[in-house]
Amino acid sequence: MNYHWDWGIFFKSTGVGSEIYLNWFVSGLGWTIAVALAGWIIALALGSVLGVMRTLPGKLLPAIATAYVELFRNVPLLVQLFIWYFLVPDLLPTPLEMWFKQGISPATSAYLSVVVCLGLFTAARVCEQVRTGIQALPRGQNNAALAMGFSTAQTYRFVLLPQAFRIIIPPLTSEFLNIFKNSSVASLIGLMELLAQTKQVAEFSANIFEAFTLATLIYFVLNMSLMGFMSWVEKRVRIPGMMGGSK
Amino acid sequence: MALDFSQIIPALPGLADGMALTLKLLVMAVGGGVVLGTLLALARLSDNALLSRLAKWYVNYFRSIPLLLVISWFYLVVPMVLSWITGDLTPVGAFTSCLVAFVMFEAAYFSEIVRAGIQSISRGQINAAYALGMTYSQAMRLVILPQAFRKMMPLLLQQSIILFQDTSLVYAVGLMDFLNTARSKGDVVGLPHEFLLFAGAVYFVISFGASQCVKRLQKRLAV
Repeated sequence: MNYHWDWGIFFKSTGVGSEIYLNWFVSGLGWTIAVALAGWIIALALGSVLGVMRTLPGKLLPAIATAYVELFRNVPLLVQLFIWYFLVPDLLPTPLEMWFKQGISPATSAYLSVVVCLGLFTAARVCEQVRTGIQALPRGQNNAALAMGFSTAQTYRFVLLPQAFRIIIPPLTSEFLNIFKNSSVASLIGLMELLAQTKQVAEFSANIFEAFTLATLIYFVLNMSLMGFMSWVEKRVRIPGMMGGSK
Repeated sequence: MALDFSQIIPALPGLADGMALTLKLLVMAVGGGVVLGTLLALARLSDNALLSRLAKWYVNYFRSIPLLLVISWFYLVVPMVLSWITGDLTPVGAFTSCLVAFVMFEAAYFSEIVRAGIQSISRGQINAAYALGMTYSQAMRLVILPQAFRKMMPLLLQQSIILFQDTSLVYAVGLMDFLNTARSKGDVVGLPHEFLLFAGAVYFVISFGASQCVKRLQKRLAV
């Protein structure tokens, strides 16, 4: 079988407008980042609230948060994505449904579904990290804050959360990286993110190896730079005197 | 929107076939992944610097790219490479290329678990094995690995549950696993929502049930 190697393929014209293949990768990477960052904001906000709920006294709030985590952790991501993209729009009130199906472009509706899906999916994982972080703190922290006359809200706001978030930066980093990797499922509902663009380049140019090699490289570099960024953040916010904090 | 689940019952035999494929893929991928992962962990921990570095690169590489990319890669590339080796076009099914992708990808994750398991065994064990005159491979096979696997069993099972959910990604290459069967059956009878919800419920029950069992096992194994 003859395979026509051509590493210069990325700078050749796609035949669509005046674009070269590299433009497609760049636009795909843009979508990947846009999906991951928007999803991460939802995941971090919702995950923190749920994580706090799991550690609160009482029965009802922890139970709700636990149920959420079990539900979102035990259904495959792809099933969740199909539910958000195919099923949920049909459940919306008619004006909203029409807006989702006809008022916005297919790319936008796919984008919204993926962002909500990844946000809620990752929130369950963030919740577990936040809970672990809070529970890892010595009991004395909570008791001391209450003894000082702090309300529960103040205890979390000023004492528990600032410490817990610092502890959990490493596991949160891996969730942050995961959301970038997981965003590739968007290609299965037609959003032209990095993986979908790669497949399209492979199809158009027939240079499968080159296209997938570049995509792999982009994901690899993205992953490494995010990891570097997060360890920089971790160093900046480290508490002096704690494990690993003394330099 | 009214849901009508009555059509699921006649579709059950077809759905069972899909689940059989999912489970077959899962069992083979876990088996292959654990074997390759153990070899990688041993390479990573070996005194040979080159071997250790290669294993490290392998793990870092597979952990930084999406599984879906690996599946697509192998779907396109495995048949091509095979045809270069054998010289003629051997048709490789989607199943084989998915299986190879899962084994290679999951091995990176399993190897980290196995490595932590081996490192948690006290040094005295291997020294004692050497003192008894065992070779490296005997010491690993008969002394270290059995203890390590016992310790890491909950983590390996947890990872397998994640893999069970991830097998649904074979949708990307059109393999008729449980999810894909449910989707196509649902489309045929015009009830895609019901079949999708049913599929989600089945995944949930299996994953949730399995992880509860793992939790119980973890308590029983705890020292």
